[in-house]
Amino acid sequence: MDEIAYWARLHNAGRIGRRELLGRSAAAGASLALLGNLVASADAYAAETPRKGGVLRMGLGGGSTTDSLDPTTWNDSVPINAGNAFLGALIEVGPDMKPIPELAESWEAKPGAVEWIFNLRKGVTFHNGKTFNADDAIYSINLHRGKTKSGAAGSFKAIADVKKINDYQIAITLNSADADFPMVLTDYHNRVVPDGTTDFSKAIGTNAFVLESHEAGVRIKGKKFANFWRTDRGYLDGFDITVINDSSARMNALITGQVDVANRVDPKIAGLIKAKKGLSLVQSNGTWHSVISLLQDKGAMFESLDLRLAMKYGIDRTQIVKTLFGGYGAVGNDTPIAKIDPYYNPHIAQAVYDPEKAKFHLKKSGFSGEVTIQASDAAFNGAVDMATLMQSTLSKAGLKVTVKKEPADGFWSNVWLKGNCVTSYWGGRSTATQMLDVGYGPTAPWNESHFKDPKFGKLLDEARAELNEGKRREILYEAQAIMSAQVATLVPAFRDYIDAHHDNVGGHTPHALFDLDNTLLTQKAWLKA
Amino acid sequence: MIRLVALRLLFGVLTLWAASAMIFGGTELLPGDLATAVLQNSATPENLAEMRSKLGLDRPPLVRYGEWLGRAAHGDLGVSLSNDRDVVEEISPRLWNTFLLALFAALIAVPLSICMGVLAAIYQGGIFDRAVNVITLLTISVPEYLIGYILVKYLSVQYDLFPSLANVSADTGFGDRLWLTFLPMVTLVLVVVAHMMRMTRASVLSIMASPYIEMAILKGVSKPRIVVLHALPNALAPIISVVALNLAYLITGVVVVEAVFVYPGLGQLMVDAVSKHDLPVVQGCGLIFAGAFILLNMIADVLAIMSNPRLRRPR
Repeated sequence: MDEIAYWARLHNAGRIGRRELLGRSAAAGASLALLGNLVASADAYAAETPRKGGVLRMGLGGGSTTDSLDPTTWNDSVPINAGNAFLGALIEVGPDMKPIPELAESWEAKPGAVEWIFNLRKGVTFHNGKTFNADDAIYSINLHRGKTKSGAAGSFKAIADVKKINDYQIAITLNSADADFPMVLTDYHNRVVPDGTTDFSKAIGTNAFVLESHEAGVRIKGKKFANFWRTDRGYLDGFDITVINDSSARMNALITGQVDVANRVDPKIAGLIKAKKGLSLVQSNGTWHSVISLLQDKGAMFESLDLRLAMKYGIDRTQIVKTLFGGYGAVGNDTPIAKIDPYYNPHIAQAVYDPEKAKFHLKKSGFSGEVTIQASDAAFNGAVDMATLMQSTLSKAGLKVTVKKEPADGFWSNVWLKGNCVTSYWGGRSTATQMLDVGYGPTAPWNESHFKDPKFGKLLDEARAELNEGKRREILYEAQAIMSAQVATLVPAFRDYIDAHHDNVGGHTPHALFDLDNTLLTQKAWLKA
Repeated sequence: MIRLVALRLLFGVLTLWAASAMIFGGTELLPGDLATAVLQNSATPENLAEMRSKLGLDRPPLVRYGEWLGRAAHGDLGVSLSNDRDVVEEISPRLWNTFLLALFAALIAVPLSICMGVLAAIYQGGIFDRAVNVITLLTISVPEYLIGYILVKYLSVQYDLFPSLANVSADTGFGDRLWLTFLPMVTLVLVVVAHMMRMTRASVLSIMASPYIEMAILKGVSKPRIVVLHALPNALAPIISVVALNLAYLITGVVVVEAVFVYPGLGQLMVDAVSKHDLPVVQGCGLIFAGAFILLNMIADVLAIMSNPRLRRPR
């Protein structure tokens, strides 16, 4: 029954569709009468009908004059939001973190999950009039493979070969089994451009808007694309993104009504925005999480499990969430899987601040030296504060800690992956297997703590090859339990995404993966009269 | 006179070259490069190497500097490394924005501060003198972003008189542009007025102590007439150089004001480019900033010489 209530809440918050609510609730054993009630209340919520027309003015942080519309280079809110306004995806991530068909209409795995067939949508045209087909899909996927500067290069290494079967069918062969492979294709870099595109500045894609003007790091405008293939999206006549990186300026622009929507609301003033008439917050429990790496090679500082446990119990996670994110976040439990993820293991005991326990493990480890946390706001805004907070709680457990503030320049090349104890972050990955593999797998290039556990690696391979969802869940639960017990890394906190909008904006729903409905707001929003 | 200007120009070009070498050296010294700055934590050795070879970052620094210098001498500032756009094309609209805002602020600030300085000198020690002294000291002591936020808080959020965003674009009309840039303009005026006003007052007052002014007083000339006709022309040289310094500041030093009002000027472009190690853009902006300083100082020198007959005809 609790589960049914949970799905109903999600539906009412607009996070899942009605069909999904019915399916999920029925699966959880809801009676028909109950379902009737649920849907009635949910429908009242969804009674708002979208209205066509209007230009959505967005004030967004996370843009730079170095931005481009080449999807291989996207790395922050503005290029991704703007890019998604123009370029379509093969597969989208639903609010429940499951794949949703877009330009790929359906797919299936051959037994073993190594070979995959994707059926492509017919009757979709690009902004330049070209009809979308398999060549475009293959070209677009290959932008991130082989010799490429793409940020998706890492996860696309899994692809061994992409072949055309016919104009609307492609076959993808993987290097090793992955039952979650469709989710790999949801990577935000992977957007569909016409075959042979080398000049990305025109942003020729299949989505609801055509590029009107682009001043990198300043402003991006788009107007409605007449031949957009979806009727349940693209209500707006256009959108106008102004890049506002300064947090106060962004909030001022929202309050004075110069923009309709803003992202990255400063948690410190979220309460004020919420209280203001005519403004609403859209808050989503995100998958973004802060990390403190603990280098655990043989001979490295954190080789001793007891010292890692001392760190684990010596940090005050609640305090970190409160201080850093103003309470807009959730405590982490030293695995990178957020509560929203379908494969999140709820049975692991939550680590809490316990100086006595930390002291006990510190003594057992025999460590008498000093831990230096290398922190930089390049990792995330507030990383240095987090390290200082850790310093004070760890010192109460008797561990000497110094915080070394690293310059933002060169942080990712000179400090990250090299230091004993370094602040870092991960934006969520769309699947648990992907997240565990890319950050902690035995061959992951970005394994910050050099976490190596033979059993964990084996479980990961098994999980990827397992097509049965129940069995996969069991395997992934165990993998998370190992991570937490071995303290593979420290994940003190998950951060919420907080957007805000004027009440005239409709269709703005939360998404765990990124701000502004996983950067699809331009496609889904409408303006009320 | 012409020889002087030509000599100044020559030195100006040499200074520009020295500046470009220093900018290049400085950017090279920064840890990391464009590839690591862009890819951040999605970097793998392969995509880093690919990006570096595409951008030519794998060649020795001196070779890259030489190439850049050769092209720059022909007026080609190259293309931005991060988004392949022509640097001149990328800089021009922003330079225009920066220039217009500076001009707008200067047109208000320069006459205002000189008038106030002169009036303060005339009524030295009076209420007006003390009031403008205190107020301008106050505005110059408060950091410009705070002035900006205070203006936004009251004139924009509370009373909704002016927009808080100065998001002009190429097709913004003249009137709209003045309206949108009003608050940044006021902020800049408040920042630069003190320096110019106090220099005007001080140099006029220092002239007021000279014997020929005393003579004029003895002759019974009125104080306003003495200050404007006898003291001010002789006090012009230092005033001109301070005005030039502040004009240069209006062009080169407004990054913070740009950020507060989201004004698409040159400062923000340069900051972004530096953080991404986008050398051609950094160099382009650097050259313009250095050029503005050199040119304005040169004009100030020439004007100072022309305003002083003794310097105009050196023996």
